[in-house]
Amino acid sequence: MSFPWAKPYEPQHPLMKWMDEKLPIPRLVYNATGPGYPVPRNLNYFWNFGVLAGAALVIQIVTGIVLAMHYAANAGVAFNSVEHIMRDVNAGWFIRYAHMNGASMFFIVVYLHIFRGLYYGSYKAPREMVWLLGVVIFLLMMATAFMGYVLPWGQMSFWGAQVITGFFSAIPVVGDPIRVWLLGGFAPDNAALNRFFSLHYLLPFVIAGVIILHIWALHIPGSSNPTGIEVKDEQDTVPFHPYYTAKDGFGVGVFLLVFVALTFFSPNLLGHADNYIPANPLSTPAHIVPEWYFWPFYAILRAFTFNFLWIDAKLWGVIAMFAAIALLFFLPWLDSSPVKSSNYRPLNRIFFWLLVLDVFVLGWCGKSPAEQPYVFLSQFCAAYYFAHFLIILPIISRIERPLPMPNSITEAVLAKHADDKSAATA
Amino acid sequence: MVRPLGFLVGLGFIAALLCAIFTTPLTNEPNASHAFHKEPKHLALSSDGLLPHWDKAKLQRGMQVYKEVCSACHSLNLVAFRDIADLGYSEGQIKSFAKSYDTIPSINPDTGEPSTRTGLPSDHFPAPYANETAARAANNNALPPDLSLITKAREGGKNYVYSLLTGFQNPPANLPKELQPPTGLHFNPYFANLNLAMAPPLHDGQVTFADGSPNDVKAMASDVAAFLVWTAEPKLVKRHQVGWAAFIFLLIFTGLTYMSYRNIWADKKH
Repeated sequence: MSFPWAKPYEPQHPLMKWMDEKLPIPRLVYNATGPGYPVPRNLNYFWNFGVLAGAALVIQIVTGIVLAMHYAANAGVAFNSVEHIMRDVNAGWFIRYAHMNGASMFFIVVYLHIFRGLYYGSYKAPREMVWLLGVVIFLLMMATAFMGYVLPWGQMSFWGAQVITGFFSAIPVVGDPIRVWLLGGFAPDNAALNRFFSLHYLLPFVIAGVIILHIWALHIPGSSNPTGIEVKDEQDTVPFHPYYTAKDGFGVGVFLLVFVALTFFSPNLLGHADNYIPANPLSTPAHIVPEWYFWPFYAILRAFTFNFLWIDAKLWGVIAMFAAIALLFFLPWLDSSPVKSSNYRPLNRIFFWLLVLDVFVLGWCGKSPAEQPYVFLSQFCAAYYFAHFLIILPIISRIERPLPMPNSITEAVLAKHADDKSAATA
Repeated sequence: MVRPLGFLVGLGFIAALLCAIFTTPLTNEPNASHAFHKEPKHLALSSDGLLPHWDKAKLQRGMQVYKEVCSACHSLNLVAFRDIADLGYSEGQIKSFAKSYDTIPSINPDTGEPSTRTGLPSDHFPAPYANETAARAANNNALPPDLSLITKAREGGKNYVYSLLTGFQNPPANLPKELQPPTGLHFNPYFANLNLAMAPPLHDGQVTFADGSPNDVKAMASDVAAFLVWTAEPKLVKRHQVGWAAFIFLLIFTGLTYMSYRNIWADKKH
């Protein structure tokens, strides 16, 4: 679907006409990311992060396929095969560091993309399906990243795999057999490494598939925008190409600058020294810490230290950690406010920034050892995290009095420019 | 339906966390060793910063320290003789250096019996022990780690290696009895457990450098730390050079994309 004023695809060249009759891929591209897709004219830079996440996925797939040509998924040689890539493969050090930091860049842009959605209410009707598919992508990314981190078979790879697969053993009665079945053994070893490699290669393509559904679902209502007001007529929109291809081009440039700075000048900044020690099942690292993008969830996992209601604390932690992500599936129905953008939701805006702070503190706690004050902070902030989504948000969406809103996107844009002008002349 | 259920689930998690808060002591168990543990000293090297380069003479001295001292117990499995071309050695020098090792495991081509041969540039530095059991047997059950990646595998990297090598000292007078080094261990405040199995490996004047460079413990520790930065990250200098080329290219690219973005949007208020 598209707006009635969307530019129709009219191939001129005989070859393009021929193609359009046989397999209309150019028509699909034209209507999806070309002049045939009208987009609100007022998107700010936070709307760049979807394209950037796509760019990050492409970088991961390309570098990953090259790495797989040189990597050996065998517990005996995996660690040294990564070092072989770093030392002996032509530009192998670049491909490997790009893949390692590409994962971090992917999560940075996806987290910004998610928080953009939270602030501007992008999860609300009519875009619930876009949001739900986005949460599926996020879960797939987490699984892929976890399994990828196991592949170099360093100490954190091994002990991370030990901890994460240990979640399944928290399930009563059947937990341990399930864990042994998933690992193919009693502890992570060659069987686990091989299946993780296989799945790590598979899941990015599943992600790519769900991204297609995500974009398809987005193109039915069209993109949201910072005012949260739906498009009313043609002057509210601009064609995606050239307007947003140009803006996304600039966004990709800035993204690559940060990516290159990280990859070439400080490639191990976000990593952990222990992963340069080969995996050793007989020596547990002093602090087992996941990659930075899991820190907030790791803090929630460790926050539960009490066997509440006869349920084991460990099981509480595992349930809570999964619930922390699963509750995002219900967000479109937890928040009943008809106003999307927090620009017009004074209460929600305050609680949004408190949530951001809460997640940062959780991340800091997840990084830190299980000592005070981090244990208390993670318990408090985990409670606040659940309170935000399950209690505060449903309540404020009922009691909040939204600010007056403009009648249309164009009115909002023109009012902003009138303000700028009067500010300039004053 | 979603909201009342969500409300109850939220209350459940919060109740479990409140119980956890009230049953967790707010003070940590005292850890006496923290007070005696020291952060590594800073070691400045030419390979630091955004425009690094290798100090080849220093790396050669560091390799000499590794060969004459460290290699008695520590392997360097990931480094091949051919790699030391980075340190400024010629092909001929590398060949004769490799040849000076005559214990490379091999097979007698006539009988098939295990034997040894002299090194080739493609061989890696030979390990001092045949296996982990032999290494532990010779070292009071401690395992000397492989040094190839040591400056990346320890927090603090080069600073840690330098501090550890220069940090051996007599235990302070107020050190509690349970932290005193047991027999066979040595006090070093830069080591996580304060006491480590390695005896102080370097002594003033132990290695004689051909270029007459100072050979006190600090100088040798600094040289070998520099060498181990290279063994852990032999592409470090090249990585920065390529990085600057890529960064400057992208800076121009991004400037152009910004100008085209402004140009395309010039007629549209947004």
